[in-house]
Amino acid sequence: MQTAPDSTASPTAAAAHLPQVHLPRNEGMPLDLDWVAGVQANTSAIERRAATLPGRRSVKKDYQAAWLLKAISCIDLTTLSGDDTPGRVRRLCAKARQPVAPDLLDRLGMPGLTVGAVCVYHEMVPTAVQALEGSGIPVAAVSTGFPAGLSPWPLRLAEIGESVAAGAREIDIVISRRHVLTRNWQALYDEMRQMRAAVGDAHIKAILATGELGSLRDVARASLVCMMAGADFIKTSTGKEAVNATLPVTLTMIRAIRDYHERTGIRVGYKPAGGISKAKDALVYLAMIKDELGDRWLQPDLFRFGASSLLGDIERQLEHHVTGAYSASWRHAMG
Amino acid sequence: MTVKEIFTSMDYGPAPESAAEALAWLVDMGDRFGHFIDGAFTPPGETFDSRNPATGEVLAQVTQATQADVDAAVAAARRAQPKWQALGGHGRARILYAIARLMQKQSRLFAVLESLDNGKPIRESRDIDVPLAQRHFYYHAGMAQLMEVELPDRQALGVCGQIVPWNFPLLMLAWKIAPALAMGNTVVLKPAEYTSLTALLFADICRQSGVPKGVVNIVTGDGRVGEMIVNAPVDKIAFTGSTAVGRRIREATAGSGKALTLELGGKSPYIVFDDADIDSAVEGLVDAIWFNQGQVCCAGSRLLVQEGIAERFHAKLRARMDGLRIGDPLDKCIDVGAIVDPKQLARITALVDGNKEGEVYRAATPVPQGCFYPPTLITGLSTASPLMQEEIFGPVLVSTTFRTPAEAVEIANNTRYGLAASVWSENINLALDIAPKLAAGVVWVNGTNMFDAAAGFGGVRESGFGREGGWEGLTAYTRPRGAAKALKPVAPFEGNGAPADPLDRTAKLYIGGKQARPDGGYSRPVHGPRGALLGHVSLANRKDVRNAVEAANAARGWGRTTGHLRGQILYYMAENLSARAPEFAARLDAMTGNRKGKAEVEASIRRLFTYAAWADKYDGAVHNVPIRGVALAMHEPVGTVAALCPDEAPLLGFVSVMAPLMAMGNRAVLVASEPFPLAATDLIQVLETSDVPAGVVNILTGSHAELAPTLARHLDIDAVWSFSSTDLSGTIEKAAAGNLKRAWVNHARARDWSGPAGEGRPFLEAATEVKNIWIPYGE
Repeated sequence: MQTAPDSTASPTAAAAHLPQVHLPRNEGMPLDLDWVAGVQANTSAIERRAATLPGRRSVKKDYQAAWLLKAISCIDLTTLSGDDTPGRVRRLCAKARQPVAPDLLDRLGMPGLTVGAVCVYHEMVPTAVQALEGSGIPVAAVSTGFPAGLSPWPLRLAEIGESVAAGAREIDIVISRRHVLTRNWQALYDEMRQMRAAVGDAHIKAILATGELGSLRDVARASLVCMMAGADFIKTSTGKEAVNATLPVTLTMIRAIRDYHERTGIRVGYKPAGGISKAKDALVYLAMIKDELGDRWLQPDLFRFGASSLLGDIERQLEHHVTGAYSASWRHAMG
Repeated sequence: MTVKEIFTSMDYGPAPESAAEALAWLVDMGDRFGHFIDGAFTPPGETFDSRNPATGEVLAQVTQATQADVDAAVAAARRAQPKWQALGGHGRARILYAIARLMQKQSRLFAVLESLDNGKPIRESRDIDVPLAQRHFYYHAGMAQLMEVELPDRQALGVCGQIVPWNFPLLMLAWKIAPALAMGNTVVLKPAEYTSLTALLFADICRQSGVPKGVVNIVTGDGRVGEMIVNAPVDKIAFTGSTAVGRRIREATAGSGKALTLELGGKSPYIVFDDADIDSAVEGLVDAIWFNQGQVCCAGSRLLVQEGIAERFHAKLRARMDGLRIGDPLDKCIDVGAIVDPKQLARITALVDGNKEGEVYRAATPVPQGCFYPPTLITGLSTASPLMQEEIFGPVLVSTTFRTPAEAVEIANNTRYGLAASVWSENINLALDIAPKLAAGVVWVNGTNMFDAAAGFGGVRESGFGREGGWEGLTAYTRPRGAAKALKPVAPFEGNGAPADPLDRTAKLYIGGKQARPDGGYSRPVHGPRGALLGHVSLANRKDVRNAVEAANAARGWGRTTGHLRGQILYYMAENLSARAPEFAARLDAMTGNRKGKAEVEASIRRLFTYAAWADKYDGAVHNVPIRGVALAMHEPVGTVAALCPDEAPLLGFVSVMAPLMAMGNRAVLVASEPFPLAATDLIQVLETSDVPAGVVNILTGSHAELAPTLARHLDIDAVWSFSSTDLSGTIEKAAAGNLKRAWVNHARARDWSGPAGEGRPFLEAATEVKNIWIPYGE
């Protein structure tokens, strides 16, 4: 569980944000093309599993409240707009510190709950770092020519370094989709490897932009290659593609994570991003993670929601849980 | 637990569906049920407990029907039938539509009641059983609407006795009642004694949807009531249940003229090739064998994994099993519910405990006290192990490995059953090669347990016969229009005259492409009407039957030839028969004493043309099922079919039986007209000169009565037909119970072989099995 630490922001505070047990970081492995080539993903079967899961799993009452609070603790509260300003980012950071009204959290016995991270563009990193100082909440920066990832390669690498230097502790990079579309796994691996090296001690989330990869089979293969190259997290989307996070894509990616763990013993994190805006959807995602990957992945060091409007719906559900009356969005502080 | 503690543990917690409305309905109905006969509930009689298997609580009292009850139900159905049929397709469609709508409006009540009564998880009754049952009524409302235009030559059978099992009480009811009603039949249905309640709720729905009284009758009780229905004066029995009971019903209805469809047990293979999406195949098993606690006739209960991936596959499977949640069926977060009854639990336990082979793994998941059985996997079994062969009907999966696709097929088909099969491979060539080779009525490619009203469901071998659903399912609830005349026995002519031809000719048997002397070494003379000796004909015995069947089964390759090739051979036979037409005509005239030989030869040539034409035109269908994918209804040959050919039309009758069998790719063992066998034996030379492969057609001569039991009992014959003028229908149907082969017999009714009744779709349907291959697709 994540609570506001009493120390100031520092590497120790960063560690405090992570759960009690430190997991070994994914150092990657040599590219194993045989393994990549053997990966299969049957779209219809995956869709069936995804479609039936919401009917198989249901959490109610206190359980639902606890699960929704868990979802909040796993949110990367995000603003990625061209019109972002320091004021807008500061407001978001304040919301990250206090995602739910204090009285509600008190009544749920969960005071001090915060979101998992705040996610912004590079230019907003210093503002966010400053605004979150002392909270222990890390700042994540989207990077490497986000969202298309087509700026000059040296600049993309340099951007990572700049963001880390500015205080971002998590870097969400975008992969070159063309390497997947042309099945140039070696190129994808090399690119990811170099980006992984560039983040240093910061954590790296590899955004696959699954909506642009064409098939679940390639989503699975790209997931695997990124993990082999050392990704700490794999993430579905930039939020800018036509199709963002979906349950079938999630199932495909987390099964790749499971295989990677079975083979290497290393746990890689997962972040669905874009399109998850309802509390109910968040519960289904958590159930899928729990059933397919296990409880250990239900912690913010291994699971994040990339979302901007999800929090608002969860707040309303929590108020309903506490009061028994359906809530209204304007009763909750905007982010 | 506090919210904070749950935040740490992330447990699911209870998510109960309320039983209040269902229990209130039971109270409203008085907690005691009579039968639903002639549009009203009868007062309860001698009752028994209907229990909730998850808790052991008594839900209601249900009446054990008496003979008088069954008689009253059948009489009500009989009275109601003419008017119901006369209501017309559209009239019936309106009522079936009303049933579907009312079921939909009460869908949660149905689902909760079903889970209470049966023990299945509410997710399944709510998301699968009840929607599929509704869909069946919608679909068949449409069939009623279309009947007059699309099935102008068919009419209702009359009164249908229907007996359904406890594993899908409402869904099986829908599968039985919807098509029966659509086609103008009335029904007497008996639910299983463990699970009568949703049938009684359905009766209540019938009252509200304007079903005329007597059209639907529900009687409750145990197997004794089922037996009363089987023996009642009904026109058809439809049964879903165990193979043992199915066999008894086959015997009991033999010779009665009652139409029969049986949907029986299975031990369906679930084949995983090494190029499959393994995680999806593992997940598929959850839907295959842990669906409805494995109490599913078509459960994928026999796992066949390619050897190279077996270890990894089993490891993943065990991990998945550990994640299954077993418990209160009304909990919305439960995967596996209660076993239907303690008796079934004891049976499953005994079967598994009796096994001493392989490695037994039970899911590491909490199992509540009571009528629950943990998901179980038994690996390392040999094909000889009883658990690989016997249906367990519980959440127990048995597993073995294979090396090659051919071996996978061999192991898959190494069973007495033939209901369903699953094939997992990402290689379309492999999957579509394997699917047709599997002995099963339904094959799912990269999936399992997919059902829809638009696709036929049913088995081969000891899994029964007949299809439910789709256009193919309507055959089981209709018969050709018009009444057939009685068929009088045709006796051979006797005499002691001199041979018509001084050169002695003994017609031999034709087995495996060779003319063979009869094993017994006996022949009998064939005389003309005035006593002239026309020749001698062999008297085949059981050994000759054995040899003929072996020869036929060796000619399996015929079923894999193209329709084009089979058509060419049938045309060639017509050509060769035509070349010898006068000779055949003279022979017919000499045997029968009339002068219709020429016409019969001409009709025979025409018939060969008919089936040569059909050989490449009896298309299957692509069913419109609600998935992204196709359900291919493929016509496959039945296999080896034995037939007693018509006595009264020695050549045309023989050709009328042989040609459709050949055209559809079957191998035939044909017993020639008993009084006039020489037309068939003359045909041997036509077969020999027409490129018919050895063993495809085998011809026996001799006594129909003597050969019929041997043929009908033979376990390597897939169907037996009788058009003999000796009424052997009862004998054949009874003996066919052995391997539950399809029997098509005439019940001493005549057929006009020279008219339209002598050819066409009924013959093609009898000469084929419909295999539904479900192929979901999408990348």
